[in-house]
Amino acid sequence: MKRARLRIALLWLLVPVSAVVLAFAVSSIALLAIGENPASAFRSMARYGSQANSLVSMVNRAVPLFVAGLAVAMGFKMNLFNIGVEGQYRIATLLAAAAGAAVVLPGPLHIAFIMLVGMAAGAAWAAIAGVLKVKRGVHEVVSTIMLNSIATGLGAYLLTNYLRKPAVGSELLIATPPIADSGRLPALAVIAGEDVRSFAVIALVLGISVYVLIWRTRFGYDLRASGINPDAARASGVDPNRMIIRTMLLSGAIAGLIGMSDLFGFFHAYTLDLPVGLGFDGIAVALVGLNHPVGIAVAALVFGWVDRAAQILDLEGIPKEVIIITKGVIILSVVIAYVLVRRLVQSQEVKAAAEATRRLEERREEVAA
Amino acid sequence: MIRLTEPAVAVELSGITKTFPGVVANDDVNLAVRSGEIHAVVGENGAGKTTLMKILYGMLRPDGGTISVDGRTTHFRSPKDAIAAGIGMVHQHFMLATNFTVLENVVLGSEPARAGALDFDGARTRIQELSEAYGVPLDPDRLIEDLAVGERQRVEIVKVLYRGARILILDEPTAVLVPQEVEDLFRHLRELKERGVTIVFISHKLDEVLEIADTITVIRDGHTVATVKPKDVTARQLAELMVGSELPTPETRESTVTEELVLSVRDLGVLIGERWPIRNVSFEIHHGEVVGIAGVEGNGQRELVEALLGLLTPTEGTIRLGDVDITGWPTRRRREAGIGYIPEDRQGRGLLLPSPLWENAMLGHQTVDPFRRGPWVDRGGAHRRTEEMIRGYGVMTPGPDTPALALSGGNQQKLIVGREMVAEPKVLIASQPTRGIDVGAQAAVWEQIRRARAAGLALLLISADLEELIGLSDTLYVILRGSLVARIDPAAVTPEELGSYMTGAREEATA
Repeated sequence: MKRARLRIALLWLLVPVSAVVLAFAVSSIALLAIGENPASAFRSMARYGSQANSLVSMVNRAVPLFVAGLAVAMGFKMNLFNIGVEGQYRIATLLAAAAGAAVVLPGPLHIAFIMLVGMAAGAAWAAIAGVLKVKRGVHEVVSTIMLNSIATGLGAYLLTNYLRKPAVGSELLIATPPIADSGRLPALAVIAGEDVRSFAVIALVLGISVYVLIWRTRFGYDLRASGINPDAARASGVDPNRMIIRTMLLSGAIAGLIGMSDLFGFFHAYTLDLPVGLGFDGIAVALVGLNHPVGIAVAALVFGWVDRAAQILDLEGIPKEVIIITKGVIILSVVIAYVLVRRLVQSQEVKAAAEATRRLEERREEVAA
Repeated sequence: MIRLTEPAVAVELSGITKTFPGVVANDDVNLAVRSGEIHAVVGENGAGKTTLMKILYGMLRPDGGTISVDGRTTHFRSPKDAIAAGIGMVHQHFMLATNFTVLENVVLGSEPARAGALDFDGARTRIQELSEAYGVPLDPDRLIEDLAVGERQRVEIVKVLYRGARILILDEPTAVLVPQEVEDLFRHLRELKERGVTIVFISHKLDEVLEIADTITVIRDGHTVATVKPKDVTARQLAELMVGSELPTPETRESTVTEELVLSVRDLGVLIGERWPIRNVSFEIHHGEVVGIAGVEGNGQRELVEALLGLLTPTEGTIRLGDVDITGWPTRRRREAGIGYIPEDRQGRGLLLPSPLWENAMLGHQTVDPFRRGPWVDRGGAHRRTEEMIRGYGVMTPGPDTPALALSGGNQQKLIVGREMVAEPKVLIASQPTRGIDVGAQAAVWEQIRRARAAGLALLLISADLEELIGLSDTLYVILRGSLVARIDPAAVTPEELGSYMTGAREEATA
């Protein structure tokens, strides 16, 4: 039994390992095709990527990806494809930054207030898609994609007309007013000139909370049951409509925290320089992380590292777009390997159960005899 | 000319072996089917009948053993090879496009072409010839959706004959038929036999096998245990060969019905679009009573169950649990109030297949003890309760952490029955509780039902197994086109009579 469990655990390890190996193989082919030497490219990436400041940067890049992955995974767990994490976090970051700049509160309270505004805004924006699905049967993929576009437009409109910091002199910066010091998070440490952002700690707590919520609570049980077998979940008493609304609210609330690391640790205002596209990256991270917080953390770190290490390629005259290929192959091969390994694992489980059952029966017969 | 006393062997399977992980497969199975006979293959569900037929039809390749057709050893790589050798299969679940005509369905997959265009006239003539030659009446231009189940089966048979089959495999052909349709089918099978068609008839219904077959081969646990002539055996002997031990029966003993009303349904109706899948349904279940619902599938059974569970909102009528009107209650509240549910589709509605057994054991009971502690899932409590179900209900499994998909169908069903019984519901809605499970598991389920009934359970039993309905029910209703059309005393009815109520051939109740 123990050995069977170990074998199954090892089989699961095949998924990420094969994905990374395949990704580097395909990227090598791409590099060869444009006349570059893959070995030297990867060597310089490894050298640059293993520097202390690169490792700090990897973590800092990984934190928002991790939060985005959690937001997406929340929906995925019940087969709800929240493609709208992108729009949710942009609206949320804008409103949180504006609200945070409008007040001055004692330190932790100010931070909590900004986070709460972000979560509320993200949840509200996600709820639109949830309500549309429940009331009108609009598929969430369609509504959230459209809501992403609306969020971009609405955000720009709100920012330029209502939330923009009054221009001083000839300053052209389009941004919300800066948040007071009480609403900023100091760096955890400074290593090799790079800040280790404190929000990483909050993200870690968030990851643990999501794990506990999904795997240890009754709500999580209903959520997973709805994802695995909606008909069975419904017959067991789960109200699918309520479940959709609650999951969208949760997913949106988590999405509302994606921008917080950058907001608290660097920008201190909503500006046009804030990173965009994290919501879409979150989909990839959730897929690669197999919707499990630990997997999502690993995937976020891998993506964070690849992004950082790729910076060196420009200096070497190699187009760093090659890295997009690497990431794409990782995503594809994880999805494919996951399906294959799941099939293998299930047949192993069936075999193990049949074997154990046979032994049980034999023992019973011996006892009878 | 030499006249043989026995006709030549048309199909011979010898030493067939096939292994799968976790499934009883075939182990040295031998089967010799003589030309022009009806050869029945009987065995419990899971004994290996279907595997054997899939091997004969080229859907599976055996690990060992040989297949010979008309004396020549053959190797089928796919059903195509089997069809070319003159073997055809009529599946238990029909493979027909309902919005096509009989003609279109018959030619589907082997469309006759002349100069690049479909030659429907030629095909129509051939179908008419076939249906006359073999005594299987069919109108080629009717739509499948307008045909009754028995007629659809005839389409399947003609479809196979159209492809030139001389050896027909029928997989549980009577499972979907009411008794009258079974008689028709048997008449057609005899006609086919007289015209030289060889028939392999798979079944586990022994009375039918004894009536129709010339030779019977019994399979148990993947072995052929006997080949007998029907005149030499009784149904009981045959069943004992099949099971290898004493036989269970579904009969309950003395009545345990009390005066105390548990569930009362009044004038229940559900309107979906412009259709009333159920209407004017009224019945009562008392403490200690089993109420059976008989009916051909698709006459509103599903909707009735869904309305009782709160999965469908009734348009009219009331449902009362004890003294309380629960008509407007959501599903969860009903389950918490003591409505248990054994779904007809155990994998589709009753289980989370990839999840461990302990998570399956709490499905439908996740909001009550011992499965929760406040907002948390009580893993310890769930494990202990699952162990209890495994022991008490004979679920064969390594333990509560095994995923449900690793269990055989019978063991999955035992877990579901255990889950609902251990919760001690006030009312249990059991839909096809013994469908597709082996005789041993079936007997176990019947025993659990009997015991729970003696302890005061009110049970609504919906089943296609008429003997099960007659044997277990205290009161029996017939559902037809969404209404309860007859109330019958199960002690005074035969399966045949029940069948005629189910098709609407008989109108009013006797008791």
